[in-house]
Amino acid sequence: MAMTRFLIRRILSGIVVLWIVTTSAFFLFFARNPQIVARALAGRAATSAILAEVTRNLGLNQPILVQYWQFLYRIVHGNFGKSYYNGGIPVSSILARDLPRTASVVVGGVVLWLVVGISVGIISATRARSVFDRVSTVGVLAGISMPTFVLGELLLLFIYVPLNQHGFTWINTGYAGLSQGIGPWAGDMILPWITLATVQAAVYTRLTRGTLIDTLGEDYIRTARSKGLTERRVVYRHAVRAAMTPVVSQLGIDIGALLGGVVVVENVFGISGLGQDAIGAVSNGDLPTIIAFVLLASVFVVVANIIVDMLYAVLDPRVRIT
Amino acid sequence: MSITEFEIQAQSVGAADIAPGPIEGRSQWRLTWSRLRRDKMAVASIIVIIVIAILAILAPLFASLTGHGQAQVFPNTGLSASGGPEPPGTHGFLLGTDELGRDLFVRILYGARISLFVGLSTTAIATVAGVTIGLITGFFGGLVDAVLARFIDTVLAFPFVVLALSLAVVFGPSLTIVVAVISFFSWAGISRVVRGQALSIKEKEYIEAARSLGASPWRIMFVDMLPNLMAPVLVLATLSIPAAIVFEATLSYLGLGIQPPVASWGNILSDAQSYYQIAWWYLVFPAAALLITTLAFNLLGDGVRDALDPRTERVFAAGRRRKRILTRTPADLVEMLATDTEEG
Repeated sequence: MAMTRFLIRRILSGIVVLWIVTTSAFFLFFARNPQIVARALAGRAATSAILAEVTRNLGLNQPILVQYWQFLYRIVHGNFGKSYYNGGIPVSSILARDLPRTASVVVGGVVLWLVVGISVGIISATRARSVFDRVSTVGVLAGISMPTFVLGELLLLFIYVPLNQHGFTWINTGYAGLSQGIGPWAGDMILPWITLATVQAAVYTRLTRGTLIDTLGEDYIRTARSKGLTERRVVYRHAVRAAMTPVVSQLGIDIGALLGGVVVVENVFGISGLGQDAIGAVSNGDLPTIIAFVLLASVFVVVANIIVDMLYAVLDPRVRIT
Repeated sequence: MSITEFEIQAQSVGAADIAPGPIEGRSQWRLTWSRLRRDKMAVASIIVIIVIAILAILAPLFASLTGHGQAQVFPNTGLSASGGPEPPGTHGFLLGTDELGRDLFVRILYGARISLFVGLSTTAIATVAGVTIGLITGFFGGLVDAVLARFIDTVLAFPFVVLALSLAVVFGPSLTIVVAVISFFSWAGISRVVRGQALSIKEKEYIEAARSLGASPWRIMFVDMLPNLMAPVLVLATLSIPAAIVFEATLSYLGLGIQPPVASWGNILSDAQSYYQIAWWYLVFPAAALLITTLAFNLLGDGVRDALDPRTERVFAAGRRRKRILTRTPADLVEMLATDTEEG
């Protein structure tokens, strides 16, 4: 019951967040003179008649509030309009082309990030001060200090280049679709995954280790041990569950940053996914495409945050869902 | 709490604090400082940071010593016969040159100025804003929390690349925009953590005690809760410096930050990406400068955290633990055992 109410509230407020985000993006864009867009499309040598026609075709001559209303109406009906560029293809087909590329990077990267981050953190915490712990602590520091794009560039310089010089071409850059088989696809994705995951995994290793060590010092852990539970049960059923609270909370924060990471990774490895095209769209002033990207990114973040808050309540009964 | 319990506490604290010589009151911050000074890694990173800061401040001096300005091109001495970057040590270029024949060493020093300035200024702005807003939302809850939490969600939901790009297009990319964008995205993260902490701290017994003594909400927030938040906040602030440096480098790498010919580590590394196959130094040296700086700040942040956490000192741990057990009522213990048994 409480959960249903919570979900309804969060979905409603999620819609408000999405409205604010799209509206800000819309007006931020129109803070530029929309004439610039028409001029860019019409070409340098365009006469004022052509310019006026382009402006009319795009609906840019109407009052901004009318444009805004039409824009909201279209979005609500799932129509993102046509790109100002790319030969005027529908924005939805750009999204359809880019989504598998970006999803390939994100899903593999996130799985690697969470699995490596949390498991290394748990092993480090349960074997504090061991050799494993020391090595992982040094690795974590290096990972945290490493900007994503620097790691990507260093991987290119020290792994991709030497391997390719020795005829080992499985690891590659760019994007081979899954239709070409899982081998070439994974070969293109492996460096992006490592790049995306390493920095984040380092944060999670550190966080998991820190909170788990704190939790293992709590009285109730001693109680659990003194009841004669196995160490395994004490660690996984009692300690890890409590220690996951800050980890989950951090997860909510990092989802927004994850999108930035994806843009960087796509840039470094030459994958023309959502991130690359979003940057192109903003610098061209391709309004329909920008709005679609912003909305897609925001839906992703809002949904992920609702999931994070639910996890939060499941993990820590003291947190009341409101 | 009965008088005997006070006495027991006083005894336990007194016993832990006995030291030879005259007894001198030491504040928490002095204790922290003395712990920090004993941490070799923290001291080393402070020294590294000071060296980097001096090099950054003296960048114009190095420019005039070498005779190479940060944006000055040397097509005759700075480029190889094939027109590519020169390797380190040739023609007086300590770390080599870039594709235009500019001195990489001088450019890296100028890049340090940008990085340090952005790191420190954005952290100051983000910390003050983040702590204030986090405390208010966490403590008051209700409508204030709902409104501000949604705002924080919006901030975090807004993909930073889009905001940075839009601002760069509207106002033209500049240092001011970089500082604004980074501060704007940093406070939300800090205030979320502070809010989370505040949510759990306000349920603690001592806040209940303060409330029942009639303390005002503002007093509870800034006198009772803030000192207990200072440790994580200070650590967060120290660690947000390298994060901001990385953020600036990333923005400049994507072409949204510091614009050439002004040197920033991010835009140097962006240009270097086209040349890494023929000029490793072009990529490796700025990357090393960036990594050494962020590593030093992160190590310092770790040191500060260890120094602030009293549990790393045994005497303190003993004192705290005893106190905590004393303040627990038998009913609490029964409840604790009951919930534990249910779970196990």
